[in-house]
Formats: sequence, structure tokens, C-alpha cells
Amino acid sequence: MEILVAILAGFLIASATYLLLSKSILRMIVGTGLLSHGAHLLILTMGGLKKGAVPLVNKEGLPVSDPLPQALILTAIVISFGVTALFLVVAYRGYQELGTDNMDELKGTEGNE
Amino acid sequence: MSALHFAIISPFIFAIFVPFLYKLFRKIHTGWFVLLLPSILFIYFLQFISVTRDGDTFIRTVSWIPSLHIDFIAKVDGLSLIFALLITGIGALVVLYSIYYLSKNKEKLNTFYVYLLLFMGAMLGVVLSDNLIVLYMFWEFTSFSSFFLIGYWHEREKSRYGAQKSMLITVFGGLSLLGGIILLYIMTGTFSIQEMVANVGVITGHALFIPAMIFVLLGAFTKSAQFPFHIWLPDAMEAPTPVSAYLHSATMVKAGIYLVARMTPIFAYDQSGTWIWLVAGFGIITLFWGSFNAVKQTDLKAILAFSTISQLGLIMSLLGVGAAALHFNELSENIYTMAIVAAVFHLINHSTFKGSLFMMAGIVDHETGTRDIRKLGGLMTLMPITFTIALIGTFSMAGIPPFNGFLSKEMFFTAMKHIASFDLFNFSSLGILFPIIAWIASVFTFIYSMMLVWKTFTGPYKPEKLAKKPHEAPIGMLISPIILVSLVIIIGLFPNILSATVLPAAANAIMPEFIFDVHIKMWHGVNLELFMTIGVIAIGTLLYLSLSKWSRVYSLFPEKLTLNKLYDAFIPSLESSSNVFIRSHMTGYIRAYLAYIFIFFIGILGITIWGKDAFVLNTENTASIGVYEAILALLIVIGTVTILASKSRLTSILALGAVGYTVSLYYILFRAPDLALTQLVIETISVALFLVCFYFLPKKFHLEKTRFKLTNAIISIGVGLVVTLIAIASSSTKLFPSISKYYEEHTYDPAGGENMVNVILVDFRGFDTLFEICVLAVAGLGIYSLIKLRMTRRKEG
Repeated sequence: MEILVAILAGFLIASATYLLLSKSILRMIVGTGLLSHGAHLLILTMGGLKKGAVPLVNKEGLPVSDPLPQALILTAIVISFGVTALFLVVAYRGYQELGTDNMDELKGTEGNE
Repeated sequence: MSALHFAIISPFIFAIFVPFLYKLFRKIHTGWFVLLLPSILFIYFLQFISVTRDGDTFIRTVSWIPSLHIDFIAKVDGLSLIFALLITGIGALVVLYSIYYLSKNKEKLNTFYVYLLLFMGAMLGVVLSDNLIVLYMFWEFTSFSSFFLIGYWHEREKSRYGAQKSMLITVFGGLSLLGGIILLYIMTGTFSIQEMVANVGVITGHALFIPAMIFVLLGAFTKSAQFPFHIWLPDAMEAPTPVSAYLHSATMVKAGIYLVARMTPIFAYDQSGTWIWLVAGFGIITLFWGSFNAVKQTDLKAILAFSTISQLGLIMSLLGVGAAALHFNELSENIYTMAIVAAVFHLINHSTFKGSLFMMAGIVDHETGTRDIRKLGGLMTLMPITFTIALIGTFSMAGIPPFNGFLSKEMFFTAMKHIASFDLFNFSSLGILFPIIAWIASVFTFIYSMMLVWKTFTGPYKPEKLAKKPHEAPIGMLISPIILVSLVIIIGLFPNILSATVLPAAANAIMPEFIFDVHIKMWHGVNLELFMTIGVIAIGTLLYLSLSKWSRVYSLFPEKLTLNKLYDAFIPSLESSSNVFIRSHMTGYIRAYLAYIFIFFIGILGITIWGKDAFVLNTENTASIGVYEAILALLIVIGTVTILASKSRLTSILALGAVGYTVSLYYILFRAPDLALTQLVIETISVALFLVCFYFLPKKFHLEKTRFKLTNAIISIGVGLVVTLIAIASSSTKLFPSISKYYEEHTYDPAGGENMVNVILVDFRGFDTLFEICVLAVAGLGIYSLIKLRMTRRKEG
């Protein structure tokens, strides 16, 4: 199971890398979204995917799955959302001001490097 | 804080007040105020002669950074004293000369004297510091005050060029000196020179011995303008003449000589004789090259610059030869110690006659408006006093009796003659070159000395080529050179004034092992040195008279291969090649930079995995794969491939949403309800945001932008592969159990909650949550300001 999810996360990260290397800003932001999915899945996998119970206190004292990675992922999800939202608005404003979403056209020119 | 320390830093303190004096007393030339300081210091240092004459040293210590073994140790011994007297004495004379040389209405005198005082204090610090780090600090002070002084007329391009050149070369040397100092510290554990001399056994034969020696010598050679670092000195002649007289003849260029002399007891004991060969070899090459090139110059100051280079080489070679004395104690009268005495003696002599000659050149420049010897001539009757000064100075430089240059030249020949018979380092073959080269160089020295005086003062008078009508200089300008040439004559006639006072102590500071009983005689009897001197004068006269016939030899050497041209080619090529290098990879495309980052990431992690053999696969702890997980994995793959392959933005946004929702389903399967909830909500909002942006952006990706790119694909696959391998390897090696047991047991009591994840977020690890809230707030503010704040003009529509 862990192997499968690790491979899946690797695939997500590879795709994200490919998207990040493209020219369009929107595709890059989609890439960051995929990248954070891959990272979150990795964190979860590293905590071990033993099928315990949901991490709630239970009377029977059943084993639960590890709560710590889940807390970490929850934090990471929120932060990556904030960053993605900011990126998107930057892309939107940049397109408004500069009239392009092509990264190559956004390259600094000789005069104002 | 002793009086000696105060004496060292007094020029720095005085420099603070110079601008005020300049502004307050516009009627009086600022130089008069400045003149007081070196005169007082000179008298102060004269008192130490009685101390050092008996072989004592005077040491005062002020603690500076004791934890790093850096203390300001001021030490006066014979060697330091000679330098201190030269610096203050010639300093006073140069200030006096500059009062008449620089006009108080045209020049910015405040900056000039501030720089000059900075330099004087720095130079005193160099020669009187016993702690090498403090010495290095003052050393760099001399470098940059000299930089300021050379570039004093900063509106002239040549001044700036000369200043930059001297700065680059001397600071390069200064930094390598620092390297040498640090290596010495590693070997001995002290920065103090006297303690190093005491621990010389540790240094000799140490693995760092040769590197330290080379670094220190680089510092000394660059400062003292030894071959091939001599090229900055002729360009430094763009400075005002008082500066040339002071820095580039008497003091700063002697700092390297001082360093070599000071380090002799540390480095010269090595049995391999590396020190001797390097110092003597470079010295003799410089001696020849400087004197050879001086003959082809046409500018008075350029001749003097090359002359300075060659005389410095002479002193350097004498120091190197003198160090051989340590290996050769068979003779009862150790002849090589003579070389050390000759070096110190010639150092004093050179300062006197070279200072006066520079001042003479300045006077000629001042009175005629040119320094070009092709335009000058016949000034003898117009400027008789200047002519006398020039005559005495050049005759002393050429080594003609009865002046002091003759005496040191004799001693030089004696030392060189003996090196030829020296057989410890197989000098029998190579050593014979030393006296021969020395003799040839002396011939050239004679030639340019004659050129200097006769071409300027005799021959036809060419008033049509001169800017001004020449006449004798004002008396104030003549005082300093007159004092200097009187010294030349006095030392020439009564050399034992020096040998009775400062010479033995200085030689003893360089060679602590020997007892020096110095007695300089004018007449040595009929011997080889006498014939050598006669030969120099005879051949030199012949060659001088036939100068026009053989001067074509100088055009044989291609101009392109001179060291100056090499330097001038090197600096721009350094700039252009670094420019090419920067432009080759700093393209401005963000894709390129990301590619570098990813490639480096793959490289460093891949090499580590491969090199450390870190990959392990261990499946005994893994959970089994259920059917749902497999289906979800397939869904995610399909969604991702859709994103990669889609040509339209809408498809890729929706596919990203699909992937996000599938991930939240995963969270459900893996028993993480809070995650699933958050992921669902966040994914929804994100997709909404994407769609808002999508509405404003062009509908389609440009076709060429979504074309498959092989390089990017390879990089991506590499990154994914590395991440996967690391993930598998790390999940296969559980080193120790999780700490989550603690959270599980303490969630209800004492934390008082049932949802472990939430209790961790707000109770056990509440700080993370606080700042995650901050992140969201900042992102919100950022978005708000991005949308609201329009600094540029708004587009209509």
C-alpha cells in the first residue's frame, strides 16, 4: 500500500514538475496544485498507512491511525491554498497589466534587469 | 596607551582636524600645520637611537582583542627605527616641499593632507607593529591611502587608471599576505613576530612552511614592485610629485623590503634555501629589468619610477643573499652578513637620493610645464641649484664616488662576488649569474642616471617647446631637496655616522644570530670590486654616448607581450568572460532557472542514494492494497494525464479539481475525516478561483505551448523517480516508533478533547495554527491590495 501511494505521489510530483516547466502561468499554478497534492499524500504515507480507527478517543481503546501527520497535512493544505490563491490573483493582475500570460514574454529586458 | 602608541596613531588623530584647519585658516597654507607633526615625531624617534644602539628593544603593549591573540604590540628595534626615521624625516621634508608645490587656491589641500597623514600613520603602524594582524591592518591602510593619493587629481583618466591598477595589484598581494599570516598562526599559535622567531623550529619543515612563505613573499613583492608586479609603479607617477617622492621612492615601496627583512629570521633557517633563491632571484631579475627599461623612458618621472624598481630589486637581492649567512658559518668572518648591512645601508641611501631626485623632477615640471626629456635641455644656467641637486642625486644613484651610492654599490658588488663562490646550494653553476647580472644592471643604472642629468640640464635650450619661461624655483621648494642631497654627501663622506648608530642594530634585527661590527671604508684597496666599478663607469659612458645607435634594441621586443599590455588585456577579458559566463546561464527565463534547480535536485539526491547505497525495499510493515485504493490511484493518474494532455484551460482546471476530490476520497479511506473535509472545501474554492482567473485569461493555451517537450519530460520523470525512491526507502526503514502514542493517551486527559487531530492543532501544537492563520491573513491582504492598488494607469474597459 505504502509503495503504491509513494509511486502515485512520485507520479503527481513528476507531472507537477512538467507543468512547472511550461510557459503558461496558469499551467504553472495547476502544477503547484498537483505538487501540493503529491506532498500531502507523501506525508500521509510516511506516517504509515496502517488501517487503524479514525483518530478519535474511543472507549474500546482500539488502535487509531497516526494523528500527527494528519495535523501537519491540515496545516499544509491551508497554507498551500493561501499561496495558490495569491498566485492566481498575481497571474490575473499580471495578465491585466501586461496583456500576456506567457512566461517567456515576461522575461526581463536588457534595460530593466 | 603608551607614548609610542600615541605616536603611531597621532597622524590619524591629526587628520581629523586638518579639514577644520583648512576651512578656518584660509590665509595660511594648511601644510604649515601638518609640518609640525612629522617634525615632532622625527625628534621623538631620534631618542630611541640610544636604546637600540645597545641592542635593546623597546616594547609597549595595548590589549585589543585578547580572545583572538590580537594585541597592539608596538616594538622599536634597529630595523623599525630606521624605517620610522625615514618615514617621519622624509615625511616632514615632503610636507615642506608640498607647501610650495601645491597652490592653496587651486588644489583641495584638505583632502591631500588627510590622505598623506593617513598614509604616514599607516606606514608607522606597519613598521612598528609586532603583531602580524595589526601589521596587516596598517598594510591595507597604506594600500588604500596610496590609492587615494595616486588618484588625487581624479578628474584625469590616467590618474584613475593608475590608482586602480596599484590598488588591484597591492591589494591582491595584501590578501595573500593575510593568507600567509594565517598559515603562520596555524603553525605557531601566535601572531607575534618575536614569538614566531622564538618558535622557529616549529615552522621550519612544517607542511605549511612553503605555502606560507610564498604567500608572504607575494605580499612583499607586490608592495615593493618586484618583477612581475612592478607594472603599477610607473603608472602611479600620475600622482602629485610630493606623493611620488614620499610613497613611491622612500616609504611605501619599502614596506615589502621591511616585511622581507622582518621575516628573514622566520623563513631563512630552512635548509632547502627556497627563501634565499626566491628573494635573491626575484630581486636580481627586478634589478636588471628595471634598469634596462629605465633607459628607454622619455619622461623624468617614468625614468625615476623604473629606477626605483631596479633599486628595490637590488635591496631585495641583498636581503636574499644575506640570508645565506645562516647556512654558512665556516669562515671566521662571515662574509654574507655584509650583504645585510649593505641592504640596510642602501635602503637609507636610496631614500635620500631618490627623494631628492623626485623633488628635482617636480621642480623642473613646475618651472617648465613638462617632464619630457625630449623637450627639455640647457637648463643648467637657468636653474643652477636644481642642477646641482640633480647632479649629486644622479651621481649617487649611479654609484660614483664620493657619494653614498658609491659605498652601497661597492658593498653590493662584494656581496655578489661572494655569492658566486658559494657552494651550499650549488651556486657554483647558477650563482655566477648573480654578479654578472648585477654588473650589467649597474651599467644600465649608470646610463639612465647620466640621461637624467645631462639631457635635462645640458644640450640645446628649446624655449619654443616649453609652456613657461623657466627660472630658478622658489627657495622654499629647494629646502627639502637640498637637505636630502646634503645627507647624500654627508653619508658619502662620513658613512660611519650611520654605522656607529643605526646600522648594526638594524642588521642585528634581521639576523639575530650574528654580532655585527660594521665599519664602512671609502677605499678598499685594489680589488675586483674596484675594477667592476671602473668598468661600470667606462662602459656606461661609452654606451651613453652611443645611445642613439643602439637604442633600437628596445623596439625589438614586441609591444604586445609587455606586462602592461598583458595586464590591460587581462582586466577587460576578465570582465567580458564573466559577462559571457553570466549571460550564458542567467537567461531571464524562469523555466531555465527551474530546470537548473530540478536538475541539481535530481543530481544531488540521486548521487547520494546511489553513492550511499541508500535504497532499501522492505515490505513487511506495509499494509495490503485494497481495491478501492487501486481504483482511486487509477482515477488520479487519469486526471493528471488529462491535465498534461489538455489543450484548453477549462479541461485542465476541471481535471485538477477531479484530482483534488480524489485525494480527499483517499483521506477518507485512510481514516482522516478532518483532512477529507478540509480538502473538499478547499478544492472547491480553489477551482472557483481558477475559474475566475480563467474568465479573464485567454481561453486556449497557445498550441505551441502545450507541445510535448522531451527535456522537460526527462527532468520531470527524474524528479518523480527520485522522490518515489526516497519515499519507499524511508518508509521501509522505521528507525524508532512514532511519538503519537503520547497524543493518543493525553487527548482526553489532560487536554479535554476527543478529536486527536483537532487537539493537536489547537492544543499540543497551537503555534503552527496561529501562524497558519497569519499566512491566510497575509494572503488575503495581499490579494486585496493586488486588486485594489493600481499604481499604473488604468486601462479603459
